[in-house]
Amino acid sequence: MRSIDTITIKNTVKLLFIQSSYDIGDTMLGMLGKAKENEDNDTARYVLDQIIENDLIARNDQVPMCQDTGIAVVFLEIGNEVCFTGKPIEDAINQGVREAFEEAYLRKSIVDDPLFLRKNTNDNTPAVIHYEFTRGGNVRVTIAAKGFGSENMSQIRMMKPADGVEGVKSFVIECVRKAGPNPCPPIVVGVGIGGSFEKAAILSKKALTREIGERSEDREYRELEIELLNELNSLGIGPAGLKGKTTCLAVHINHFPTHIAGMPVAVNIGCHAYRHATTKI
Amino acid sequence: MIDIRHISLPLTDDVVRSLKIGDSVMLSGCMYTARDAAHKRMIEGLDHGRELPFDIQNQTIFYVGPSPAKPGQIIGSAGPTTSYRMDPYTETLLDIGLKGMIGKGLRSQAVIDSIKKNTAVYFAAVGGAAALIAKSIISKELVAYEDLGPEAIYKLEVENFPVIVVIDCLGNCLYD
Repeated sequence: MRSIDTITIKNTVKLLFIQSSYDIGDTMLGMLGKAKENEDNDTARYVLDQIIENDLIARNDQVPMCQDTGIAVVFLEIGNEVCFTGKPIEDAINQGVREAFEEAYLRKSIVDDPLFLRKNTNDNTPAVIHYEFTRGGNVRVTIAAKGFGSENMSQIRMMKPADGVEGVKSFVIECVRKAGPNPCPPIVVGVGIGGSFEKAAILSKKALTREIGERSEDREYRELEIELLNELNSLGIGPAGLKGKTTCLAVHINHFPTHIAGMPVAVNIGCHAYRHATTKI
Repeated sequence: MIDIRHISLPLTDDVVRSLKIGDSVMLSGCMYTARDAAHKRMIEGLDHGRELPFDIQNQTIFYVGPSPAKPGQIIGSAGPTTSYRMDPYTETLLDIGLKGMIGKGLRSQAVIDSIKKNTAVYFAAVGGAAALIAKSIISKELVAYEDLGPEAIYKLEVENFPVIVVIDCLGNCLYD
């Protein structure tokens, strides 16, 4: 067995949230630059210029690229040879979130009760945590700081097996078309197919933690990702929804076995402030 | 290159009438911040016969909940939030003098009709360009609802705040 003090998890969670809130990363900056070259509409280029400049300011000044620094989502993949010592793991994760949001001047956006009082918890906790148990002696920590402009535009549908590939495509396209300018395009689309109702939603969220543009390992899903990306960009919604060729930067599909009677499909939309990070401990 | 107009706030009817969808504009002058919770409280106040915490005549509201300012900063990152959540409160504010709104995303038909009726304008700022937009904010003063934290109402003074006209006073909408 390998012992890991949960203080290491706390420090990792904290670091990942701070880094991803300030720095969009070179891959995304490269994609935005390419998208700008590809646009021939002046407004689309103007909007992409602002986004690129914004992301460079955020990196250089070490400030949040977006004021909505998100709900803290954490995926923890725990190897079966790992044993945790120290504080309970959930407390450690929440402490990491608390310290990141306080010390890095990130906005606290979480309310304690979703329906009645809606009082701010003032430290952006609790985080939404997904635990997975894997093999080996490592722990993988993956975080997403998820803004709600795009989260609010996400959808889930219990589709019929007969709906097939065309059904999935129309659902994803309908979801993006309906969202229009609201989720801060250019967007990244995470799609979860299969499992049960809640599994599909988690798959779609996990898909949004992939390095941008990294394709599915399965050929058919990889092809579907490319096909969907092209179709979404032909919608013409464009940067900030002000028309153009760049509506979507990447489609990531994750899938899982499902029941003979169904095909759950979840579409989780991410904005261009694509904040996620992962590391292995 | 894009043509950019420079406009002073508060807006006037003449300026509003001259703005057309798709115009890129740099705003300079004063505006107020308000988003979900502040709108709810303002409208509940009006329903109970209380006055708004600021004179709304010809003013512009920026839908924003900024991140906290770092030491030495005037304001933290401050990009627009999605506007449709303010739709249920907007007609009332337009009817009593609100002239301009800055946000992002779609508005309801009722809001578009009210913009037309009241000779007002809806601008979009680029969602997610929060660090860039913050650079155009030169002062910030608390007006009301401090307990709402990032949702409190602030008066901002801005210089060259970049927006695009999305709904003009004729009711045209750039997103259509």
